[in-house]
Amino acid sequence: MDWLSLFNAVLFAQTIQAVTPILLAALAGVLCDRAGVFNIALEGQMLIGAFAAIAGTYYTGSVAGGVAVALAGTIAFSAILAFGATWLRGDPIVIGIGLNLLASGLTAFLLRILFGVSGTFTDPTMQDLPRIVIPRIAAMPWFNRVFGGHSVVTWAAWILVVVIAVFLFRTVWGLRLRGIGERPDAAETLGADVAGSRIAAVLAGGALCGLAGAQLSLGSVTLFAEDMSAGRGWIAVVAVMLGRGHPVGVALACLLFGFADAAGLRLQGRGLPNQLTDMAPYVITLVALVVARGRRRRGAMA
Amino acid sequence: MNAAIGAVRGAATSSVLWAILGGLVVGALITLAAGHDPVAVYGEILAGAVVGPNLAETVARAVPLVGMTLVAAIPLRGGMVNLGGDGQLVLGGMVAALVALYLPAPGAVRLAAAILAAMAVSGAYAALAAWGEVKFGVPLLISTLLLSYPAKGVTSYLARFPLRDPSTGMPETFRVEEAARLPVLVPGTPITWGLVLLLLVIAAVVFTDRRGTAGYELRLRGLNPRFTAYGGVDLGRQTVRVLFASGAVAGLVGAILVLGDQFRFTDGALLSPAYTWSGLMAALLAMGEPVGAVCAGLFFAALQTGGFAMERATEVPRVLTLVLQAVIILLLAMRHGLRRR
Repeated sequence: MDWLSLFNAVLFAQTIQAVTPILLAALAGVLCDRAGVFNIALEGQMLIGAFAAIAGTYYTGSVAGGVAVALAGTIAFSAILAFGATWLRGDPIVIGIGLNLLASGLTAFLLRILFGVSGTFTDPTMQDLPRIVIPRIAAMPWFNRVFGGHSVVTWAAWILVVVIAVFLFRTVWGLRLRGIGERPDAAETLGADVAGSRIAAVLAGGALCGLAGAQLSLGSVTLFAEDMSAGRGWIAVVAVMLGRGHPVGVALACLLFGFADAAGLRLQGRGLPNQLTDMAPYVITLVALVVARGRRRRGAMA
Repeated sequence: MNAAIGAVRGAATSSVLWAILGGLVVGALITLAAGHDPVAVYGEILAGAVVGPNLAETVARAVPLVGMTLVAAIPLRGGMVNLGGDGQLVLGGMVAALVALYLPAPGAVRLAAAILAAMAVSGAYAALAAWGEVKFGVPLLISTLLLSYPAKGVTSYLARFPLRDPSTGMPETFRVEEAARLPVLVPGTPITWGLVLLLLVIAAVVFTDRRGTAGYELRLRGLNPRFTAYGGVDLGRQTVRVLFASGAVAGLVGAILVLGDQFRFTDGALLSPAYTWSGLMAALLAMGEPVGAVCAGLFFAALQTGGFAMERATEVPRVLTLVLQAVIILLLAMRHGLRRR
């Protein structure tokens, strides 16, 4: 087998594609982590987003409507964690486990009730997310194959990495949020609204997961499949740990998993059974965690 | 009389019962919104769970579900979470199938060897995740979950390619012969000797929890890990041991399902009823206390079995029962919060 030929433009394009939902969910994880809420519900939030995006697109007849429903639906779903872990002082881990199961059950239930199908739902009238064509890039064949034709959400994800990094480290609100995550008691004494900020962070994270879900169900395919988040939310949780809660570090960690995912897909094309290549991102994640031992951040992690 | 009143009052203030009640109310609202009669839906679930032959069905379903409840409850008693039950379950099922199919020994010996091998391999796999936390600082929650994926991938690959029975159209291994299967316990029902094995495990877990040193040390850790370490317990070794026990039970459940119910390893068949996640919910409902966890596991098994009958009778998707379980856990998590305030 010619291993070097694996590393071509298509591999990098697939990496970018695979990274987007993970990256958006991981950015949600960063906000929650910085605010001091250990969010393991990313998987469920993403799944709700994916379902709401499809349902919204189907009923409103427009992709923009689908994304709006995905954002609203996922924010509403995230409110359970936002208020449950603050005002009601529930354990975020127990709530997270409950939310993941609720998302899995609720989307499967609604799939049968609303569309009368089980497994997957798609409809030929639905359009996918608009793709961005940049003339300068389109003129260069290799770059075009890597960067051309990605969805709006993909580009938004990378812009959000910068926006969230600037927010966290260059604005007063970001400073306050980090203070609340690191020393909630001290922040409270200084007059910061700990519960309010945490609620805001979790809800903003919900919006990001809504986008992640929209990319899953309206990005490269236009369909909803039961449990289609398939562990990506958990990889995002790990990416937050590996990137130590810094948006840029987290983005690099996500790239690693996206690359493993894409490389697995390519190897599958070369005849390796997909049961084995599907394991690649998880194995890489574990190896990366073991390698990064001792560099673990304390704090929000239980 | 006073004791009875006290018990009733205790039950009325118990957050678990309130959570279940709240879950049923939310479920009723969901069925109403979906255009169905909640009374009929709950009636069908109840009848489908306990009336006539359905009761045996519930017991048969409770064996794997209560087993997976213990898988989650054992570490939870010490404040640890094992999210890798799926991986440990399929690994146990695959090992049991392999030994029962290919070990050159008489049937009964093969059966015993298959069960023990499944428990040993799944236990070791869970202990590997514990070792990942102790040695490398990978949180147990994450290491157990991530290790689940390679286990699922490898067993799926084995069932689809090298070990596949080409005579069926399914991705599954050959059939285990009669002699190496778990015998039926109650003729005419799906209840096998797996029930007896499970009861033995429950007895062992409850006894260790109430009377054993290991159980005492684990409960202590659940209350205060630092104090436990100060008291001379090596937390690292304890983590590895507890996870071995938890994984071994998952392996046993895999073996019971393969040797007593399906007679072969079929890709996906062990995972589709989501025993691991229902079991985790049940364990959380009892916060790891074994007797309570077993009761919660029974309740969820009845709910699932009743769900099948409800789906047949009312056309409400039975996945509603999964939603109910999740809602109950969420309500419980919040009620705990309110009380602590």
